[in-house]
Amino acid sequence: MALDSEKKQVFKVVGTRPARPDGIDKVTGRAMYGADATAPGMLVGRILRSPHAHAIIRSIDTSAAEALKGVKAVVTSADFGAPEDESIRDVQDNCMARGKALYHGHAVAAVAANSAVVASQALKLIKVDYQILPHVTDVDEAMRPGAPVVQADRAFENVAAGFSENVTSQCEFGHGDLEAGFAKADKVIERSFTTAATHQGYIEPHACLASMTPDGKGDLWCCTQGQFHVRTVCAEIMGMDASQLRVTASEIGGGFGGKTTVFIEPVALALSRKSGRPVKIVMTRDEVFKATGPTVSSSMDVKIGMTKDGRITAAQARLRYQAGAFPSETVTYGAQSAFAAYDLKAVETIGWNVLTNRPKEAAYRAPGAPMAIYAVESVVDELCQELSLDPLDVRLKNAADKGTKSSYGPTFEAIGLRATLEAAKAHPHYTAPLGVNQGRGLSCGFWFNFGGNTCVSLNINTDGTVGITEGNPDIGGSRASISQMAAEELGIPYEKVRTIIADTNSLGYNDVTDGSRVTFSVGLATIEAARNAIKVMCGRVAKIWGIDEDAVIWEDGCAKPSGPNAGSFDPMSIEEIAAISANTGGPIAGHFEVNADGAGVSFGVHLADVEVDPETGATKVVRYTVFQDAGKAVHPDYVEGQMQGGAVQGIGWALNEEYIYGKNGLLQNPGFLDYRIPVASDLPDIETVILEIPNPGHPYGVRGVGETPIVPPLAALSNAVSRAIGRRMFELPMSPPKLLKAMSQKR
Amino acid sequence: MRYEKPSTAQEATNLLATEPGIARVLSGGTDVLVQIKAGMIEPDLIVDIKNLDRIRDITPEQGGFRIGAAVSGATLGEHAGVTALWPGVVEAFELIGSTQVQGRATMAGNLCNGSPAADSVPAMVAANAIARIAGPDGARNCPVQDIPVSPGRTALAKGEFITSIFLPARPERAADAYLRFTPRTEMDIAVASAAVSLELDADGTCTSARIALGAIAPTVVLVDAASICIIGTKLDATSLEAMSEACSAACNPIDDKRGTVEFRTRIVGVLAKRAALIAYKRAGGRA
Repeated sequence: MALDSEKKQVFKVVGTRPARPDGIDKVTGRAMYGADATAPGMLVGRILRSPHAHAIIRSIDTSAAEALKGVKAVVTSADFGAPEDESIRDVQDNCMARGKALYHGHAVAAVAANSAVVASQALKLIKVDYQILPHVTDVDEAMRPGAPVVQADRAFENVAAGFSENVTSQCEFGHGDLEAGFAKADKVIERSFTTAATHQGYIEPHACLASMTPDGKGDLWCCTQGQFHVRTVCAEIMGMDASQLRVTASEIGGGFGGKTTVFIEPVALALSRKSGRPVKIVMTRDEVFKATGPTVSSSMDVKIGMTKDGRITAAQARLRYQAGAFPSETVTYGAQSAFAAYDLKAVETIGWNVLTNRPKEAAYRAPGAPMAIYAVESVVDELCQELSLDPLDVRLKNAADKGTKSSYGPTFEAIGLRATLEAAKAHPHYTAPLGVNQGRGLSCGFWFNFGGNTCVSLNINTDGTVGITEGNPDIGGSRASISQMAAEELGIPYEKVRTIIADTNSLGYNDVTDGSRVTFSVGLATIEAARNAIKVMCGRVAKIWGIDEDAVIWEDGCAKPSGPNAGSFDPMSIEEIAAISANTGGPIAGHFEVNADGAGVSFGVHLADVEVDPETGATKVVRYTVFQDAGKAVHPDYVEGQMQGGAVQGIGWALNEEYIYGKNGLLQNPGFLDYRIPVASDLPDIETVILEIPNPGHPYGVRGVGETPIVPPLAALSNAVSRAIGRRMFELPMSPPKLLKAMSQKR
Repeated sequence: MRYEKPSTAQEATNLLATEPGIARVLSGGTDVLVQIKAGMIEPDLIVDIKNLDRIRDITPEQGGFRIGAAVSGATLGEHAGVTALWPGVVEAFELIGSTQVQGRATMAGNLCNGSPAADSVPAMVAANAIARIAGPDGARNCPVQDIPVSPGRTALAKGEFITSIFLPARPERAADAYLRFTPRTEMDIAVASAAVSLELDADGTCTSARIALGAIAPTVVLVDAASICIIGTKLDATSLEAMSEACSAACNPIDDKRGTVEFRTRIVGVLAKRAALIAYKRAGGRA
């Protein structure tokens, strides 16, 4: 869908900041989240989880639990089938361990009972006979030959020799002659980096209510980023037709990618099928940390060559991503995005996915990109320091632009990187004086963005107001943005439009809310659906007026004659047209279905000032500015919110957040006390600068904005800290003990 | 699980003393309820002490203050008298938890939970606070310092519980301060902490000092060797450095997810030094 060219891009509703439609319900506690669903006769489901990091399940004796009064069903992997599709099988095995517990917290059995107390008692009566196996949680250790094998026979054939079986896949990207490139450099720096696994940290734990009837119909209410995906996976696991499983998404208390898969839904369905009653499962926070996806942890090497005047001559990265107990694609995204901000003649990235005894990695905002770009941007910064070059000038000198062959293959269309860098350079933040123990860091960030399968219905109500039905849970204010785009297109006030999110039986298939796709794709489909409705309305009016359909145009919420030659008629408003629709052919609606491409890649630049306490190693972020290309900011509050929220999650990742495993392979910090997400008082105001370089792939020029903002903070913080303390840091998080140690070491 | 809410200390003591299973005293519940919810404990008996006489009162006594065992952080923080006399104790207690938790949490509960990282405990020890304990044999007084025995364990016998904490009177030109290190600015738990209580003479020379450290040993540590370094000084850099080193030397910490031995040992000296300077300034000294 191309950018509208004939129309001048002057907007009335798009670009304004109306109140969000879900706001009052959310701040008054009325909004229905996952745990708020209830049904008559509902049972409480609870899950028994492995206390071991890696163990063969020799047997499970559920007889005592089943005999307990109030217990209505107990399930184990024996209650599930064997889906043919390997990826579905992996999801199922992650929801309920089959034969082997692969990580601390892996589900091994579940009960449904009359009350939470009975369910908890029943869990204690389940006897699991474990044979404990050696475990591995560190990525580099897991790759070595002889490491404990998490899952055998999962490696692709293209994986190079010399690794353990835990290395399941290898990917390679790049172009040009690396050796010649490095030879041209005046300075080559090669460094190794590690990052810890971090959790998405959504406030709302996973929750669902499942109801299966004896005739094989199912209803599932759950907190998810994609009800259609939940239907696909659960229907396949349960051996059901898609039509017979209706999935309704609740309001969502944060997802950030972590709710793009299922953890408890198939278990609740199986318990409901076995007990004949509705079953609700709500995870505890402990379960969320132990058994849902954090992002990958990584070990990386980056080598970059640069000339004295700041031109990068060659660049190379080796990425080793630990993605938990099941194969994952995330390293591919890291390898593709590592050098995306640069126009390079010689570049190569190689990535490996590695199995460990940890929970299966799940998507987290720009999955795979933050770590790779952290490593790259750290080396670029060190080169700038070594060669006494301005870090923004160096990035401008090497910036990818329209026509650049990207490091991962495609040639870029119009992109906003250069404009974003220039905005950062012109901003007062970049030249503001720094205090004692302070340092300034910057980093570029990138994300591909996605379009995907999208389906929208737009109904003109009989009073001329508009109802929109879309299929993507609202994780960032999308109902407001979609209503705005419909109002813009129809020429009516925002308040006349209401957008709802449909269940899986009320609309065609929609891809998951991911890839920063909703404002772009659903927005695009909404605009086209509105245009289709306008076409219908113009047709109705043409008949009333007795003129050609082509002679009727749509302007400011009214059908009008296209000019003096069309005849002289008073404009008919949308209200008037709707009111008589029963007499002109019936209800009026617009629909649009598309597998959208043209999402348009997104770039951002972050500037961070930090102050490091030389006596304690504590880092305070004193100033932070985000510059990002939004294509067109439909609702600027939400664009700024995405930019600020991503920055904050990245700051947490850089400074304190980490999954900590003991030598016993058990997770040490499954709670918000010791898994340290920043609190409000840890942060300065995050300043934002929105740039609008229209995306050629969207009628209004919109680009997704949700993921790019989490990419730059890691390197921005590391570069700022490294400059503040006069030592280069190579490890995240930069927690105070590590910084104090680094500061006490000799230069 | 039985829940009882007696109206006399004698009744409470009897309940606690005769319960054959696990009994827990409930005041604010910010530890007990969390532990029950997390499945860490399954008490057979909960004795809620909030109905006891004067249990929520702050009462002036002999120039100091007696603080009932159910006085919340929010109440204590709004008490002008205690805040003026023992600002370090109040700031230590107010660091615990969120605003909501402050509405429930009590100092006596913080002490009885037995955590080496309890924020108010080093401050109470530096203040030489005295706990009043009700028990089967009647009431007794015990220095706060002697109550923690090991992580999660206290010197209270079966049937005993704390009814109040007494913060004593102090001369003019005296003050205290508390600092803790946490990776976050709030909603966190001390990796190491230091409380310092000082008395000065008219020219600003330190005449008395009590320095208590938290989270660097199985229980709170009162470091006389550190006090000696600053008594008789005006907290010059050399004395402070010696005090800081004495604090580090008194550490017996563990490596855990919250900090390393090396880190705790180093920063506790830094915290003690910084807290001493704050206390000194509050007491009217000019460093």
